[in-house]
Amino acid sequence: MDTAPADGLIAASWLLIALPLAGAAVLLLGGRRTDRWGHLLGTGTVVAAFALGLLCTLQLDGRRVDVDLFTFVSTGSLDVQAGLLFDPLSAVFVLLITGVGALIHVYSIGYMAHDPRRRRFFAYLNLFVAAMLLLVLGDNFVALYVGWEGVGLASYLLIAFWHERPSAATAAKKAFIMNRVGDVGLALAIFLMFAQLGTVSYDGVFGAVGTLAAGTVTAIGLLLLLGACGKSGQFPLQAWLPDAMEGPTPVSALIHAATMVTAGVYLIARSAPIYDQTPTARAVVLAVGALTLMIGAIAGCAQDDIKKVLAYSTVSQIGYMFLAVGLGPVGYVAGLAHLLTHGFFKAGLFLGAGSVMHAMDDEVDMRRFGGLASRMKVTFVTFGLGYLALIGFPFLSGFYTKDAIIEAAFDRGDGWGYLLGGVAILAAGLTAFYMTRLMLMTFFGRPRWEPGVHPHESPTVMTAPMVLLAVGSVLAGFLLVVAFPLESWLTPVFGEPEEAEHVVAPLVVSVLVTVVMALGVLTAWLFVGRREVPVTAPVRVSPVTRAARRALYADAVNESLFMRPGQWLTRALVFFDNRGVDGAVNGLAATLGGSSSRLGRTQTGFVRSYALSMLGGAVVVAGALLAVTAG
Amino acid sequence: MSDFPYLLTMIAVPAVGAAAVAALPRGREGTARQLALGVSLVVLLLAVLTTIAFDAGGERFQLTTSVSWIPDFGVDFALGVDGIALVMLLLIGVLVPVVVVASWRDEPTGRRSMRAFWAWLLLLESMMVGVFAATDVFLFYVFFEAMLVPMYFLIGSFGGPRRQYAAVKFFLYSLVGGLVMLAAVIGLYVVSANELGEGTFAFDALRQIEIDPGVQKLLFLGFFVAFAIKAPLVPFHTWLPDSGAEAPIGGAVLLVGVLDKVGTFGFIRYCLPLFPDASRDLAPYVLVLAVAGILYAALLAMGQSDMKRLVSYTSIAHFGFIALGIFAFTTEATTGAVLYMVNHGIATGLLFLVVGMLIARGGSRLVGDYGGVATQAPLLAGVFLIAGLASLALPGTNSFVSEFLVLIGSFPTRPVFTVLATVGIVLAALYVLLLYQRTMHGPPRGVLLEPAPETPAGATGAGDGATPATGSGGGATAATATLEAPAAAPARLRVRDLSRRELAVAAPMVAIVIALGFYPQPLIDLIEPAVAATMSDVGADPAGVSPQAPVEGTD
Repeated sequence: MDTAPADGLIAASWLLIALPLAGAAVLLLGGRRTDRWGHLLGTGTVVAAFALGLLCTLQLDGRRVDVDLFTFVSTGSLDVQAGLLFDPLSAVFVLLITGVGALIHVYSIGYMAHDPRRRRFFAYLNLFVAAMLLLVLGDNFVALYVGWEGVGLASYLLIAFWHERPSAATAAKKAFIMNRVGDVGLALAIFLMFAQLGTVSYDGVFGAVGTLAAGTVTAIGLLLLLGACGKSGQFPLQAWLPDAMEGPTPVSALIHAATMVTAGVYLIARSAPIYDQTPTARAVVLAVGALTLMIGAIAGCAQDDIKKVLAYSTVSQIGYMFLAVGLGPVGYVAGLAHLLTHGFFKAGLFLGAGSVMHAMDDEVDMRRFGGLASRMKVTFVTFGLGYLALIGFPFLSGFYTKDAIIEAAFDRGDGWGYLLGGVAILAAGLTAFYMTRLMLMTFFGRPRWEPGVHPHESPTVMTAPMVLLAVGSVLAGFLLVVAFPLESWLTPVFGEPEEAEHVVAPLVVSVLVTVVMALGVLTAWLFVGRREVPVTAPVRVSPVTRAARRALYADAVNESLFMRPGQWLTRALVFFDNRGVDGAVNGLAATLGGSSSRLGRTQTGFVRSYALSMLGGAVVVAGALLAVTAG
Repeated sequence: MSDFPYLLTMIAVPAVGAAAVAALPRGREGTARQLALGVSLVVLLLAVLTTIAFDAGGERFQLTTSVSWIPDFGVDFALGVDGIALVMLLLIGVLVPVVVVASWRDEPTGRRSMRAFWAWLLLLESMMVGVFAATDVFLFYVFFEAMLVPMYFLIGSFGGPRRQYAAVKFFLYSLVGGLVMLAAVIGLYVVSANELGEGTFAFDALRQIEIDPGVQKLLFLGFFVAFAIKAPLVPFHTWLPDSGAEAPIGGAVLLVGVLDKVGTFGFIRYCLPLFPDASRDLAPYVLVLAVAGILYAALLAMGQSDMKRLVSYTSIAHFGFIALGIFAFTTEATTGAVLYMVNHGIATGLLFLVVGMLIARGGSRLVGDYGGVATQAPLLAGVFLIAGLASLALPGTNSFVSEFLVLIGSFPTRPVFTVLATVGIVLAALYVLLLYQRTMHGPPRGVLLEPAPETPAGATGAGDGATPATGSGGGATAATATLEAPAAAPARLRVRDLSRRELAVAAPMVAIVIALGFYPQPLIDLIEPAVAATMSDVGADPAGVSPQAPVEGTD
């Protein structure tokens, strides 16, 4: 597809990034002077970016617009331009990031109202949005990488926002490190592209990827996938995502719904021309997606922390998206549609959870909730709609987009297709279970509040974004799949959709999914709704529950495979360096400078020895020169 | 103005300044440091003017001055800069005034006077300019050795408790390297005498000589050992953690920021063009040392309890990246390596400076003696974080560009080494973030806590395990200042945020970190022609890497 030169407002699309970045800069450099209005500036820049993004999108008209800015790095045959690519795919992401991002900003005004460092919080939020926008707008892999690591930094700052808490500081570090492991993959993929094709721009790479050997393309695909797994919290790099809940709740909403975790899906969708060439890498994407969606769903069933349930739900839902994009051309649109609807309902759910915590004095243990439906009506209703959308209640947004993924999986037509479809349906049942469990424990039943807790509804500045997101959760699926199909909007990117031959009739899939979903809800009601919820978690539980509580031992594996051996190795090397390497040389030094400490005490002594050695050197020089002239 | 002897002036001004400072009467400490600042600013101005006078598209060596010095042996006092040397001069120009301001309130240890400190500092600046500006190999050698003297006194007279040990170690290592290099320099002279009929030390003449491969290897090794000690590659590195830890902060910044770069500069300027065959043959071995250093030193950095040692080890890892970039023999990687030399001076310089500011507050160099500083001193913590992020080469900081160039440029010719080196970026994130978390995050703890009322010696007690405050000159002042402060509620940090002077130190460095992170191309334009010339000398394609795909695509 041809690239159009930038015109009109799109030529100014760099402002999309510059606005929130400038907001962050003003808030960080301005210091306390900006305390009073800092949050308004932070919110204003993102709202303005959303407005600009909307106008640009309206002007786009299915084109692909390149915006050249300046030469970033050019040496030898490497030429990296700072340039933006505004096309239907990036437009979708821009709207999601700035739209949901703006709502989260508004909500944070209320949520962080009493935090003495609110200004800095908004600065970091702005930084986050700016980095994410660079990630989706860059027109080459290096720009993507800059945004990619920028998002990593912003998430580090936000997860560690309450850095006095050691757990928050540790979670932030963990997130950054695990992301960096993924970044190594992305970096190596870029190196490989440059070595093979001599370019790192999307146009250059995608245009020439067909000339590459199959093995090389697969290698690139797998390396990109490693990067995507890090950023999106996919197996084997999923363990940081639930810990990221240590940040203030709006951060969780931002990370889990609108920005960070969607980056991996974006990377794979953007790199579609690469994955189209490599069935092997696609198969691995599928496997990662299927595995992760089960891990997340299983772990989600056994958590008592409301944010952890939602976190594992994110892990699982992103797994669905990976599964979808791993299916290739039939799945890209399905995966992206689910990403968008997920953006609405997961943001809404997190903000709702924040509202609950706000009411419960920052309590997160659902065993301490109960009976909140009557006390927090707006939160209950908006959260409930998000819940229904997530579990795929008919005609709400998750219903449309999740079904599309499951259908696409079956449409592979082979045994793998049935397996993947089956796994996805099973996980849909688990999703219904853990989310219903969450609803029942939080909003229904007898109150199990800590003494002195007086739940109350949150202020309008918080509930208004929740209402808007709830509306989105209800309507987005219908709008994106039926009314204004995302498929046709993205046709310029992924090509004309093929008329899919359905192996299993869509109606059958829908009915099947709905039945399994209903079973999940029913099971949850049998286990949780019917009985009294104990205030402390039962200790004598089955091994399965124990494993699910510990998220299938991901942390334990990481610790025993990497952390402890690493610590041991470090200690051993320090010992070796001090005794071995240095010791050997010091022995020599001790002989040479024998009485260095004595020499040291009197400066003159050392100067003498210095002069002596200089003299020695001079004698050597003189002798050698004489020899040369003589010879 | 183009005939103005910029380079000679840049050597002379700080040398004269050093003499003037040394000649000041006792008690004129204030005048001494003002003079030092003034002189260093003049050098900065000269560096900027030199850059303006330099034509990036012109001859390789410009602004040349040559005076016959020892005519019997063909030694000239020949100066000139190419883009590589020029950016190093700019780095010196920026770092020295920053170091002067950072050391403004340092107190001398023992009976030394700070006048001597300023004088040695200026003399060091003069020598450093000389070593980069020399185009005569013998003159280079003279500056290379002479540079040791001021640094020896900076460490040995103004350093921490083990300063004598560190200074002697620094000196012995450098001296051994220097003597080996001297032998090679003389050997080079002999070879040139045989080839040209008349011996010469002029770089441009030596570059033209075809040297027998066996002799090349020996001469290469002579230079290489000296340079591998100076920009320490594992296993020649153990002097650096001691020197870096014991040197006063200002000295440490210049040691790691500039002095050590003479080693990597030497690889590019002397090893590659003079001994191209030996460079190519021995490159795999050098790369092993480079990559081993990246991983080994990063792991060691993680295990350090002393912050200054930690930063020194991170530098050893960074020198590994620079060496990788140089010995990968591509224009991209070597341009990245030169840029790395500049960026590392800024980034690690900033990290050393901010660690010094922390030590000045707590009087201890130990990581474990600090905690939760970010709560009380957000500016200090912010600068610390930026320095750390630059050290781990986060995009948006200057170091990213250079590290990325080194890696992407090395990958086509040396994929295995590059993949191993890329693992180093995870380790870099670990050592930086572990240090940051331990000192800045968490609840307040450590030596910065107010002493608990029942144990009046609490603060000193906490510091006992640590190196005493005498380690850093600034530590003494900070400690006195805080003792006078009225005792607040217990378990409160008694750390003040950055002062105006410290902000003046940090702000320009942070600005450079970010500016070069987003717009590095002007520096690249300066560096690349000289790198391309070096690549042709060593037989690589100066136009850079050519894509491999068409070859593979056909099968």
